[in-house]
Amino acid sequence: MFRFIAKRFLEMIPVLFVIATLTFFMVRLAPGGPFTTEKSIPPEIQKKLEAFYGLNKPLYEQYLDYMGNLLKGDLGPSFKYATWSVNELIWSAFPVSLELGCYGLAIALILGLGAGIVASLRQNSAVDHISMSLAMLGICVPTFVMGPLLVLIFGLGLGWVNASGWDSARDRILPSLTLGGFYAAYIARLARGGMLEILNQDFIRTARAKGASPKRVILKHALKGGLLPVVSFLGPAVADIITGSFVVETIFQVPGLGRFFVTAAFNRDYTMVLGTVLFYAVLIILLNLVVDVVQVWLNPRLRFE
Amino acid sequence: MACGCGLFLFLALSLAGCGRRETRVEIGDREQILYKSNGSEPQELDPDIVTGVSEYHILMSLFEGLVSEDPHDLHPVPGVAERWDVSPDGTVYTFHLRNNAKWSNGDPVVARDFWESYKRMLAPTLASEYSYMHYVVKNAQAYNEGKITDFDQVGYKVLDDHTFQVTLENSTPYFLSLLLHHSWFPVHLPTIRKYGDPYLRGSKWTRVGRFVGNGAFVLAKWRVNDVIVVKKSPTYWDRDRVRLNEIYFLPIESDETEEHAFRAGQVHVTETLPLSKIDFYKKNYPDLLHIEPYLGTYFYRINVTKPPLNDKRIRRALALTIDRESLVADVLRGGQLPAFCLTPPGTAGYTCRTQLHEDIAEAKRLLAEAGYPGGKGLPPIELLYNTLEAHRIIAESIQQMWNKSLGIEVHLVNQEWKVYLDSQRTLNYQVCRASWIGDYVDPNSFLDMWLTGGGNNETGWSNSQYDQLIAEAARTTDPQQRLEVFQKAEAILLDELPIIPIYFYTHVCAQRPEVKGWYPTILDNHPYKYVYLEPNKN
Amino acid sequence: MQQTIAPELPQATPLLREEAGGSLWLDAWHRLSRNKMAVASAVILTVLTLLSVFAPWIAPYSYEEQNLALRAVPPQAGHWLGTDALGRDQLTRLLYGGRVSLMVGIVATGVALAIGVTYGAISGFYGGMVDVVMMRTVDIIYALPFTIFVILLMVFFGRDIRLLFVAIGAVEWLTMARIVRAQVQALQKQEFIEAARALGLRRRRIIFVHMLPNVIGPIIVYATLTVPAVMLLEAFLSFLGLGVQPPMSSWGLMIKDGADRMEECPWLLIAPGVTLATTLFCLNFLGDGLRDALDVRTSKD
Repeated sequence: MFRFIAKRFLEMIPVLFVIATLTFFMVRLAPGGPFTTEKSIPPEIQKKLEAFYGLNKPLYEQYLDYMGNLLKGDLGPSFKYATWSVNELIWSAFPVSLELGCYGLAIALILGLGAGIVASLRQNSAVDHISMSLAMLGICVPTFVMGPLLVLIFGLGLGWVNASGWDSARDRILPSLTLGGFYAAYIARLARGGMLEILNQDFIRTARAKGASPKRVILKHALKGGLLPVVSFLGPAVADIITGSFVVETIFQVPGLGRFFVTAAFNRDYTMVLGTVLFYAVLIILLNLVVDVVQVWLNPRLRFE
Repeated sequence: MACGCGLFLFLALSLAGCGRRETRVEIGDREQILYKSNGSEPQELDPDIVTGVSEYHILMSLFEGLVSEDPHDLHPVPGVAERWDVSPDGTVYTFHLRNNAKWSNGDPVVARDFWESYKRMLAPTLASEYSYMHYVVKNAQAYNEGKITDFDQVGYKVLDDHTFQVTLENSTPYFLSLLLHHSWFPVHLPTIRKYGDPYLRGSKWTRVGRFVGNGAFVLAKWRVNDVIVVKKSPTYWDRDRVRLNEIYFLPIESDETEEHAFRAGQVHVTETLPLSKIDFYKKNYPDLLHIEPYLGTYFYRINVTKPPLNDKRIRRALALTIDRESLVADVLRGGQLPAFCLTPPGTAGYTCRTQLHEDIAEAKRLLAEAGYPGGKGLPPIELLYNTLEAHRIIAESIQQMWNKSLGIEVHLVNQEWKVYLDSQRTLNYQVCRASWIGDYVDPNSFLDMWLTGGGNNETGWSNSQYDQLIAEAARTTDPQQRLEVFQKAEAILLDELPIIPIYFYTHVCAQRPEVKGWYPTILDNHPYKYVYLEPNKN
Repeated sequence: MQQTIAPELPQATPLLREEAGGSLWLDAWHRLSRNKMAVASAVILTVLTLLSVFAPWIAPYSYEEQNLALRAVPPQAGHWLGTDALGRDQLTRLLYGGRVSLMVGIVATGVALAIGVTYGAISGFYGGMVDVVMMRTVDIIYALPFTIFVILLMVFFGRDIRLLFVAIGAVEWLTMARIVRAQVQALQKQEFIEAARALGLRRRRIIFVHMLPNVIGPIIVYATLTVPAVMLLEAFLSFLGLGVQPPMSSWGLMIKDGADRMEECPWLLIAPGVTLATTLFCLNFLGDGLRDALDVRTSKD
């Protein structure tokens, strides 16, 4: 197993390199630059500004400069937020997204796994239909509808929580629910589907016939295989959750990383785009690695290649 | 499943049991803390580098210029300078600084601080985007462009510790109102030097703990995308008049989120109000709704280099078929005024006499004269706007108007912000939406854009007579005569119509009644030292 | 010897006749047609699709027609679902919006399925270096910035709605590929696949004829999850201003508009919301029915 993990770490390097290169050139393809503004700047000033950030150098030189700094761990200055470096911005925003993501993930797992497993055990019963319908509802209702709806009911209507912000403990509730509810629905459906696959296989029938208690059947035999699709889904889903959701952070005014993914693109903040992309890439790769390891553990027939 | 439900119920009940809490605004009222929603997160807090309105609102609390503004009508009042003399020909201003003005670290504010600040502002290496505000000063432009390298040749002189003299290129009647802009705020060079090269960007002197300003407030907290807090300054010369203890600036980008926060009692004043909520407030909270005139015009630019719109008759036909009253009353509903000329009326005493009007018959005639009777034969016109609901709605309405009245087919093109700016800059459009907010209260701010080759022209329009008139206005000393020159210039503009004015902006926002000392001003400037919170006792 | 056998034994042949002949797919069809929920869903979906396809003929108004006098009115005679802020008829916009949303949903999911399933099956089946390269490529594409990608597409290829399908399909196939790969890897080790290999069957045959039908269960479930994801992704793009542009409408755009005016004009949100939810519910039941019908083991015998 350790050889497998080590191999994947080695593979990470060329992958990140390709991502960095592709993104570097992708952002510069889009029309408009970081200093394209509504009130136009005198051309000399524009030239000096671009010179300061190295934007007047030939493209391959900028690329080499950037990669060189990248190796040192320096993601460069933000082009939009002049006083902050990309490292500083990510460093201050990520913990917030991580916290929100953990709460959301907890809600998603508890609600999702609970509903999905129970529904699969009582296939085609009322419980199954109701919980799967609720899950479908959770998938259908977009976060930008759920969020404001919750704010209107609990924030403005009942006055139990603030409408937005990230100060007190209470401020965490609505954004976590909005974020988690969405993923809970997916997890519920995938869990049910996966469990059904397993529960109807022969070896489960054998276990039941042998007189194993239902709980033992579930826990020992079915869960491992049944949760396989959930685990595959969770890899990228966890990466998405903890790097923040643009919609949730905008609606609830959460100072997280999710917003930067979108605003950096709109601001043509080249360094910020690259920084967030690379950060996300590292997370995704690590999480996929974890998912692959867990998959082998869950299905003993698989082996590390 | 049962666990999930139980958990949720538990959460819900525990919240319910908590009862009604004191809202943030109520706490603020008690402790004289103002919560202001401020739009986007500031790029920087360095007055020489920033360009945006949200930054300006914060900097106004942290710095004070030579001249300050009256809270009612923004006319210049003493700031750091307690009085000033103007030479008879209007080109030399001598400012006498007060003795007790201090920086937040205790250093006295002296004339040399201003000299150093403007040297930094105009340094070519700093590449400040607002340095052109200083171009009215003798040789400032030449220095900024690197044509001269000796700053002593620029029209700034330190006569002594408390006397600062400015020499202008020409007499500029609006010079004092220029000084209200953040590009004229002084900065503390010794602090900047401590953290880097003062003539290059990237010095991190604006962090909390390092920041030094001379305004009524000092920087206390800065969490990106979360909040900026400023506290009353113990060293400000007029601190006895300052009643607020703290101001919280909240960078809430989304209009909807901001409005929810306002209703939930989290902010005292919002930056704006979503279009869809204006009627709601008019009906339910009319005393919280504030609609105030704002120095800005919304207009359409026309690319005059591309046929068929190089024919001014067609441009005029387009301009005459827009039902501006209906747009303003039915579509925008924010109290805006229809614009029949470019410069907002009453700008520094100037109201343009040339006015467009709605005249569909005349428009049809012009179109026919240009060779396209009933719109036949005219290729579809592309109308470009950047992605925002308000622009979309207006564009759709105007598309309908042009189609119904003139039989012209209009294609709407919507581009993302930067792509749209780029298209405008490179003249890669036919008709596009634009707006201009005046930097200072003077018709020149709206009219000098259209000079041949001007950076903000972006229409390809060039008229030498217009250029001459604007240059003449800059030289004219008599204020009335000067306004007459502008009348002539704007008449040309409205005859050739490289632009079609649509409406004059208003500033729409929600504001709680306990905010006092906050008056409607045309630049939406509200000097914070006069603001205080006085809740009704009922 | 006494005659103990009953004189009339039921013929063996009728039973054999019932079991013999029908292929897997015919069996599946029979099972599906007996699933009431699935059939009802299919009917509703067909109706919705037809309504959308024939929108230009049945819609009471044109979708861009504005009536500023009747701005934002609730449902009434003449406007059964009310009007929006510019006085456009909501029923019309719902019908036309269906064309866009259903097309986006079907095409983008179809693209994601086609690419994702093939990619994942090949990667999982071959394993080794092929698998490594293919999966790392998936990682790379997954990490690239989506917003920039969409902006670039719109810049270079104009505002063609088909680009939306490309953009969305390009994102959704990645997770599908991963899931299929995992399933295929699990199947690899099962006996019947080893038997097929031992028999020397061509690899393509093994993948498509033997493996895929067994992977279909999770694929269908995930496909029924992809369609709403795709439709909501389209709505998210509208949220950012990058998706379908007015005067064209889509359910996602209508929901976004409705969400902004939730308090003042709830009807703007309810109609498209209910329609979208109904569509997705029907897809869900249909998907479940398909999965049950195709998967021999999950049906109770």
